[in-house]
Amino acid sequence: MNEKQIYERLNEVFRDVFDDEDITVNADTTADDIDDWDSIEHINLVGAVEDEFGLRFKMGEVSGMKNVGEMVDIIMKRGK
Amino acid sequence: MISDRTAAYGGSPFVQISNFGNGRYVKQKTHGNDLLGEKMKELEYPFDPQYILKKRRALKRALIEQSGGSGLKKKIAVLGGSTTDDIVSMAELFLLNHGIEAEFWQSEYNKFWEDGVFGNDELEAFKPDIVYVCTSSVNLKFGSDPALTEQQADERIDAEEQKYITLWEKLTRFGCPIIQNNFDAPFYALMGNMDSWDKRGLCYAAHELNSRFAKHARDGRILLLDLERTAAEYGLDRWHDRSYYYMYKYMCAREAVPSVAYKLSLIVKSIFGKNRKLLALDLDNTLWGGIVGDDGVEGLEIGQETGVAQAYYEFQQYARQLKSIGTVLTVCSKNEHENAIAGLNHPEGVLRPDDFALIKANWEPKDKNLLETVGQLDLTPAAIVFADDNPAEREIVRQTIPEASVPELSAPEDYIRTISRGGHFEPISITADDLARAEMYRRNAKRAELAASVGDYGEYLKSLEMQAEIAPFKPMYIGRITQLTNKSNQFNLTTRRFTQAEMEERMESDKYITQYGKLTDKFGDNGIVSVIVGRICPDAKELFVSLWLMSCRVLKRDMELAMLDGLVAQAKAKGLTKIVGEYIPSPKNKMVERFYPDVLGFRLVIADDDGLAKYELDISSYENKNKYIKM
Repeated sequence: MNEKQIYERLNEVFRDVFDDEDITVNADTTADDIDDWDSIEHINLVGAVEDEFGLRFKMGEVSGMKNVGEMVDIIMKRGK
Repeated sequence: MISDRTAAYGGSPFVQISNFGNGRYVKQKTHGNDLLGEKMKELEYPFDPQYILKKRRALKRALIEQSGGSGLKKKIAVLGGSTTDDIVSMAELFLLNHGIEAEFWQSEYNKFWEDGVFGNDELEAFKPDIVYVCTSSVNLKFGSDPALTEQQADERIDAEEQKYITLWEKLTRFGCPIIQNNFDAPFYALMGNMDSWDKRGLCYAAHELNSRFAKHARDGRILLLDLERTAAEYGLDRWHDRSYYYMYKYMCAREAVPSVAYKLSLIVKSIFGKNRKLLALDLDNTLWGGIVGDDGVEGLEIGQETGVAQAYYEFQQYARQLKSIGTVLTVCSKNEHENAIAGLNHPEGVLRPDDFALIKANWEPKDKNLLETVGQLDLTPAAIVFADDNPAEREIVRQTIPEASVPELSAPEDYIRTISRGGHFEPISITADDLARAEMYRRNAKRAELAASVGDYGEYLKSLEMQAEIAPFKPMYIGRITQLTNKSNQFNLTTRRFTQAEMEERMESDKYITQYGKLTDKFGDNGIVSVIVGRICPDAKELFVSLWLMSCRVLKRDMELAMLDGLVAQAKAKGLTKIVGEYIPSPKNKMVERFYPDVLGFRLVIADDDGLAKYELDISSYENKNKYIKM
């Protein structure tokens, strides 16, 4: 699975979770870039990403992530 | 990401969540409608939790577009001992699918007790129709402790129980049902198996509290959501997802959240009379293995001989048990009628032709048969659960009768679970009337036959040999009276809802006149079918009728006239001279818009533009109206 494929799948997850077909994320995307991305939606998003890639983020990873790029790095290592 | 807000997780996450717990609603975008028109099969058991969690926004949008805002509006206050946002957003979807548009208010994180007991301005202003106390084993703030004496172990359980009793007592201020979770089995058992029986064990405490909660439920104080079973169904190890608890304060795995919300939605829809009533069963390969027309009765698989036969036997047994919770059974099968009857008389079978209110075994399309069935039984298409092993038949019914529920039956060994977990018939109480309901519907079908054979309607009513018992409320009937009051929509002049406690209060007070009506005819007992509550206004010497309702199953039987006769007699005995009634329009009670003036001969006092109207009747020279019902 290359980075491009990950971003394609990730975009779908973001679009589903925020019900917005126009969302496209990149490595620098943060919660500030998406209106509805608050702490509750964050949990949904992390859960949906975990489901999509068949992995579980470790507790430290979730709180440490600074942007989508860091999330993708973890998916590259452990995602399916 | 991760903005300051979210980055705080892992440190002190619950503080973050609490900021969003307060009466917060998810904003909705409205664009695209790819899901419109599709049935929300996605929200029926067995649902895909990952899918509905992810697609919640699109699902909600589609459901709202489908209902067009016509759903029943209800307010639910959620007092949570953990993060409840997901439970709320999932319950919202399931309830919309049941035709209930719920508005939610959530307590701040883990403030369920404080908000409930000491009050909270927002909560008071919210005026909930239902309070849901969502607590779990994570709220048991003690552990297994072998240092305790037996007395200390008992005391800590007593104290915990008392905490909830206090909460429930305080919550009665809302005069609405309280739904309370019981406790899931704790995350771990310090003393292993011993933890379950030794009083010092946390597992023992959770169990003991659950039995005590059950007692409070039996006493009518609360309705229990069986979280213990919900967790067991999901699988306890997967249920206790500790990272989601530590990080986000989830009481259970994220993927288990829809299961909890589903259970909640079942209780809520049951409270508001949205249960289904009818299980329409196919025969071949649904109630027995094989095709009776081809294989003959002796060739059918049913009974104890083989595994497959046993699966069908147990399913028949289950269907028969459903009758005991008030479900009406019918047959909807493509078969020759006599073959169907022969199959149902299979010596190894459980169900018999008499167990069914109606048997439709013919070659007509099933949707046509189903619609005829509900017509003949005075039910609506929304009452139907259709059980058929044939995917093509299921699909046709789904498309032609979208209101019906059509569970996905795949293999006979799964039939029971699929229908049972669907919760279509979920009772919140079972009265003697429920027990007799199936029989009653069968009699209704017979009455309809009689009506068709007698030319004159008066002759028909006479031939029914009706007898009524009309009297002030009695304690033994108060459960049924409350139940009927809270689920009657059509023949209901004011659609006011009352708790059992409120009904008891009116029964005992001399400021009210109460009256129930019970109707029997030659086909059997219809049970309690009508309820009236009136407030006495001594100065004006009048009775103000705040509640008048009747079960639609006794429409056009002159029962309403007999009820008026009874009410007038009671009012006169109290020295009153006038009865005042009002009609409050609702989306469902158009049927009785002209009830007071046209049926009972009341005079219009005042009416407003919204259709609300007030009528009165001078009873000083009243003559009894009922001719056909013996008192």
